[in-house]
Amino acid sequence: MNIIVCIRQVPDLIEELELNDDSTGLNREYLKLGVNEFDDWALEQALLLKEQHGGTVTCLALDTPDVDNTLFTCYAKGADKAIKIEGDFANGATSHQAAKLFADAIKPLPHDLILTGVQSVEDLDGQVGVLLATYLGVPHVSVITGVQVNSRVAVVRKEYAGGLLAEFEVDLPAVLGIQAAKQAPRYAPISKVRAMMKEKKIETSISRDGTVDAGIAIRRLFKPENGKHAEMIEGDADAVAARVVEILKERGLVK
Amino acid sequence: MSNDVFVVVEHLKGKIGDITFEMLGKAREIADALGGKLNAVLIGDALLAAQLGKADAVLHIGEPMLANFTPIAHKNALAELIRARAPRVVMIANTSMGMDLAASVSVSLDLPLVAYCKNVRVEDGKIIATAQLYGGKLLADAEATGDQVIVSILAGSFSADAGRGAGAPVVEQVSVTTNDGGVRFKQLIEPEAADVDITKQEILVSVGRGIQNADNLPLVEELAAALGGALSASRPIVDNGWLPKSRQVGKSGQTVKPKMYFMVGISGAPEHLEGMRDAGLIIAINTDANAPIFDVAHYGITADLFDVVPALTEKIKSQ
Ligand SMILES: Cc1cc2nc3c(=O)[nH]c(=O)nc-3n(C[C@H](O)[C@H](O)[C@H](O)COP(=O)(O)OP(=O)(O)OC[C@H]3O[C@@H](n4cnc5c(N)ncnc54)[C@H](O)[C@@H]3O)c2cc1C
Repeated sequence: MNIIVCIRQVPDLIEELELNDDSTGLNREYLKLGVNEFDDWALEQALLLKEQHGGTVTCLALDTPDVDNTLFTCYAKGADKAIKIEGDFANGATSHQAAKLFADAIKPLPHDLILTGVQSVEDLDGQVGVLLATYLGVPHVSVITGVQVNSRVAVVRKEYAGGLLAEFEVDLPAVLGIQAAKQAPRYAPISKVRAMMKEKKIETSISRDGTVDAGIAIRRLFKPENGKHAEMIEGDADAVAARVVEILKERGLVK
Repeated sequence: MSNDVFVVVEHLKGKIGDITFEMLGKAREIADALGGKLNAVLIGDALLAAQLGKADAVLHIGEPMLANFTPIAHKNALAELIRARAPRVVMIANTSMGMDLAASVSVSLDLPLVAYCKNVRVEDGKIIATAQLYGGKLLADAEATGDQVIVSILAGSFSADAGRGAGAPVVEQVSVTTNDGGVRFKQLIEPEAADVDITKQEILVSVGRGIQNADNLPLVEELAAALGGALSASRPIVDNGWLPKSRQVGKSGQTVKPKMYFMVGISGAPEHLEGMRDAGLIIAINTDANAPIFDVAHYGITADLFDVVPALTEKIKSQ
């Protein structure tokens, strides 16, 4: 079974996000990027399926800063092939653009199953997995926490609210938006990533069809208004604890 | 193109979700501002139409194959209807089901989509959608460059009561071509029984990824015990297998409304907020002063949980 995993680098949310001059996007100059957390789960799901059924895992990513490191990490975890899609992504890419680029790169590759993270923090114009499936004209199911493959179909479990699951049968090839795999994403030691940098090569792919327009314009990006902001409790741990106990007492929540 | 607004009705096990009523209330405002009609699009269960009085009309698609939600069959039906009627705005819930619909209709019909919307308004005849991005750290005012737009709405953005209209709506039967597109519904699987029902607790101590690893959980367990409450968690704690799924609060977990929700090392991602924003008292501890949770919490503490939690546990025990 040939599995493709689409991986995106997104801003690290621990860092302060700075806006560009006209507040229509992020100032990307010093932006720290990391793998979209759900894409890591998608890779884990792919590796688990490969362990079970054999086949190959190919990781695809747009050529964003530090992506090589990410792709060598994929190799270190057990991916067979890593491909970087070349282009100008200095200002990021919309979900529609990313999906179209992934679709163009995937078409010539052998593929039975395509996995993406269910969503990313940058999906202003929709989730890449579903967009990608529609560009490819193959079925999709997102918010997946379980995948079993039996010859040409996959039986998948999609999460609804409250822990309820829906089970679907999906004809392959298909795109699945992965929420979580059976086990947490495996860890690749730095030494192994370094070894992969010497041993493996990242292939490149250039989109012939170009990209698409998501059809939306950002008027402005802004921080949520602070009107409802919490009343902050200051002081050392003991002072904070004392104040919290006071608040709980006022409300009759502790005796 | 018309000035109509479509709301795609989401229902499961014979029940219309609150998010649909939230959308209907907001869509009523938008349709009135545009001078268009508000149409509820109901796929499946015809009986539910009676609850959709806020809409001017219900467009009901009753093909048996569409009785249970399936991503492609429902997308095909919806796309056919939108193509035929050309509404100005289509509202879809940004839920597990809606995520499969909104993006695929966007590509199928080449219509723009603004996802994760917290608000939608009409300004100088244009539709402006406010979307929540970066785990709730930023908002974006986005505008479609063409005439029509699909918006997917985050649960908890509007009042559901505003969308519960009395009166019987006109129901128009619409027939569409059906095609499962390679995805077939098999069954619903109910969640496993819970050891503790977190929806019934008055006090919850909720733990997030800030706790770092499972070995640190007793720290928060002790606080929960001292407060006479129970332990709940954000999704990563459950995905890592540190607590059972029944303890998860949020979009794909439980919706809770305790008297107090004490949050330890949780950032306040929109998917988490969906499950707890109506708690009576929300207190959050987070090392990041800019964590989105501080916009929702009543009290915030910018500190290391490993300092504050033990101090607080001790203080409560000594009362
Ligand atoms: C379809 C879908 C459904 C989802 N459903 C849910 C759901 O039901 N429930 C849910 O919770 N999530 C859900 N999520 C996931 C959600 O998007 C977030 O990934 C998740 O809520 C983040 O959990 P967190 O806040 O614990 O972790 P993070 O976002 O990683 O936050 C950890 C926080 O801990 C703080 N911290 C770190 N160290 C310390 C310390 N020593 N002391 C104090 N603070 C510290 C950090 O500053 C950070 O703010 C869903 C996602 C999707 C796509």
